[in-house]
Amino acid sequence: MAGKTLYDKIWDAHVVHEAEDGTTHLYIDRHLVHEVTSPQAFEGLRMSGRSVRAPEKTIAVPDHNVPTTEGRDKVIENAESRIQVEALDKNAKEFGVHYYPVSDIRQGIVHIIGPEQGWTLPGMTIVCGDSHTATHGAFGALAHGIGTSEVEHVLATQTLIQSKSKNMKVEITGKLSPGVTAKDIVLSIIGKTGTAGGTGYVIEYCGEAIQALSMEGRMTICNMAIEGGARAGLIAPDQTTFDYVQGRPHAPKGAQWEAAMAWWKTLYSDDDAHWDKVVTIAGEDIAPVVTWGTSPEDALPIDAEVPDPSSFAGGKVEAAKRSLDYMGLKPGTKLSEIEIDTVFIGSCTNGRIEDLREVAKIMEGRHVKEGIRAMIVPGSGLVRAQAEEEGIAQKLIDAGFEWRLAGCSMCLGMNPDQLAPGERCASTSNRNFEGRQGRGGRTHLMSPAMAAAAAVTGRLTDVRALS
Amino acid sequence: MDKFEKITGVAAPLPLVNVDTDMIIPKQFLKTIKRSGLGVNLFDEMRYDDDGNEVPDFVLNKPQYREAEVLVAGENFGCGSSREHAPWAIKDFGIRCVIAPSFAEIFYNNCFKNGILPIRLPQEQVDLLMKDAEKGQNARMTVDLEAQTVTTSDGEVIPFEVDPFRKHCLLEGLDDIALTLEKASEIDAYESRVAQERPWV
Repeated sequence: MAGKTLYDKIWDAHVVHEAEDGTTHLYIDRHLVHEVTSPQAFEGLRMSGRSVRAPEKTIAVPDHNVPTTEGRDKVIENAESRIQVEALDKNAKEFGVHYYPVSDIRQGIVHIIGPEQGWTLPGMTIVCGDSHTATHGAFGALAHGIGTSEVEHVLATQTLIQSKSKNMKVEITGKLSPGVTAKDIVLSIIGKTGTAGGTGYVIEYCGEAIQALSMEGRMTICNMAIEGGARAGLIAPDQTTFDYVQGRPHAPKGAQWEAAMAWWKTLYSDDDAHWDKVVTIAGEDIAPVVTWGTSPEDALPIDAEVPDPSSFAGGKVEAAKRSLDYMGLKPGTKLSEIEIDTVFIGSCTNGRIEDLREVAKIMEGRHVKEGIRAMIVPGSGLVRAQAEEEGIAQKLIDAGFEWRLAGCSMCLGMNPDQLAPGERCASTSNRNFEGRQGRGGRTHLMSPAMAAAAAVTGRLTDVRALS
Repeated sequence: MDKFEKITGVAAPLPLVNVDTDMIIPKQFLKTIKRSGLGVNLFDEMRYDDDGNEVPDFVLNKPQYREAEVLVAGENFGCGSSREHAPWAIKDFGIRCVIAPSFAEIFYNNCFKNGILPIRLPQEQVDLLMKDAEKGQNARMTVDLEAQTVTTSDGEVIPFEVDPFRKHCLLEGLDDIALTLEKASEIDAYESRVAQERPWV
């Protein structure tokens, strides 16, 4: 019998019931909840007289709707946003789940605060009504997004009805070149496999270049597993993981830490495990990447040109034409000549302390180009506080950035932080879909370092060439 | 949940690949705390111009497709966010079945929870159904879940695959949560066991 993958091991440890056809009730260790995808679920519980089975394993935080400007803890001006946040306040209280309100310094994007507070641990099953739940896979957890009906199901039963995915291995060999980061890795993977390349799979990212990443970098990679179509992405836990987790508020302590470590150290894919699909990319071949279109798979190295739609095949030809029309770009234009209006640094993909340090490093002795709107939205109140303590915040403010409060912000523009029609943005977020950052807004995805470089020059720029 | 047994109706053609959930229902409509009323904003940014007027060329604005009950689309339909507002909007519009060569997983799951049948078929068969859909309102397609067939307006029968458990739930309109709560003793047993094995969880 073949060995097991990391995914197989976590799956097996969480099976409550398996039917003959393979339909499985999987136990959920952590359920993260935010204000947009939960109100209907809580209302469903109320209407059927059900309770939350494991409130101690349920963590709620408002993040999508919240303004990122001062005074938001007093009043949220947009009535619909306010009602959603108030509904979460009420539901969290009524059902007794852990809660980080807007006024709490620990508030932030759900996928940033889960790891920050030590709720996210290796070997766990973690779900949230949010596709970027894949982020938590960086800890060697099985983590994925669910819909609101499933949110209600998990609230009521602490289980999820699942069928098992196939195993896919994505190996990044060797070392990265200078100026190349985790975001470039994951955009390059999606550029190669496509947005549906991972459909039906759970991806394990491995290889020397992955192992060398910090937890922040690993979270950036796993965060975008969903952009490649995968149910989840994960990375085997190692000393980097354990060092990050140890001492966090909800991480195990003392004898329990030792017991946990003993199990966590068994969480890796066996040498003889079976893989249904394998993708290998040499780390040396990865360059700083930007997207040109309206799908995350539209990723190219910064020294490339806007492609000709006729160079694609099948339905992608029309899709590329539509993308270029929406993006206002012509085939053959050098990516490095595309001028931008706005820079957004933040999101669950790149709103962590390391990302802000990276931006600060690039901005050392430089300034945001005149006329460019540049915004930094830390992923959590604690990330913001840490950046202020390290002196990064002041440097970034001095360099011309707006320094905001924590939330999802312009990643999806549910709060007032939006692009105007035709406005072009260098963004560290995860989706460049039509209208994502605001109706008619044009998004180019890239790393924090590349977004900082764009802020300096006012156009998409190779950070390695910044003089 | 509403049952899905058999429908006969107009199919709307949407020959786009990678239709994402932001296209299906843009973020500004996610601020609702209800499940209903989203149909009017289905495909909002493609369906209406900046002033809120209907874009006449968009398929669901054409007279022959305003009552569509089936949607035929390109590969990787429903990619992007987990928002269940996407199937809620589709259902609220009146569409009960989406046919495509492939779907994003979360969207695919969400459909079944809302009485919508997503059908995966090979590209050639989707192309054939797309042509049939392009005929307009006199070309009514039949989708029969029990028999697992789609029948074109010309009477051509195309079989499809569906997971037996999901089929059963959809045919009966079953509530997943009630089914799972019947397994409460197994969940209890699991929790007791794990409390010993992994007490830190």
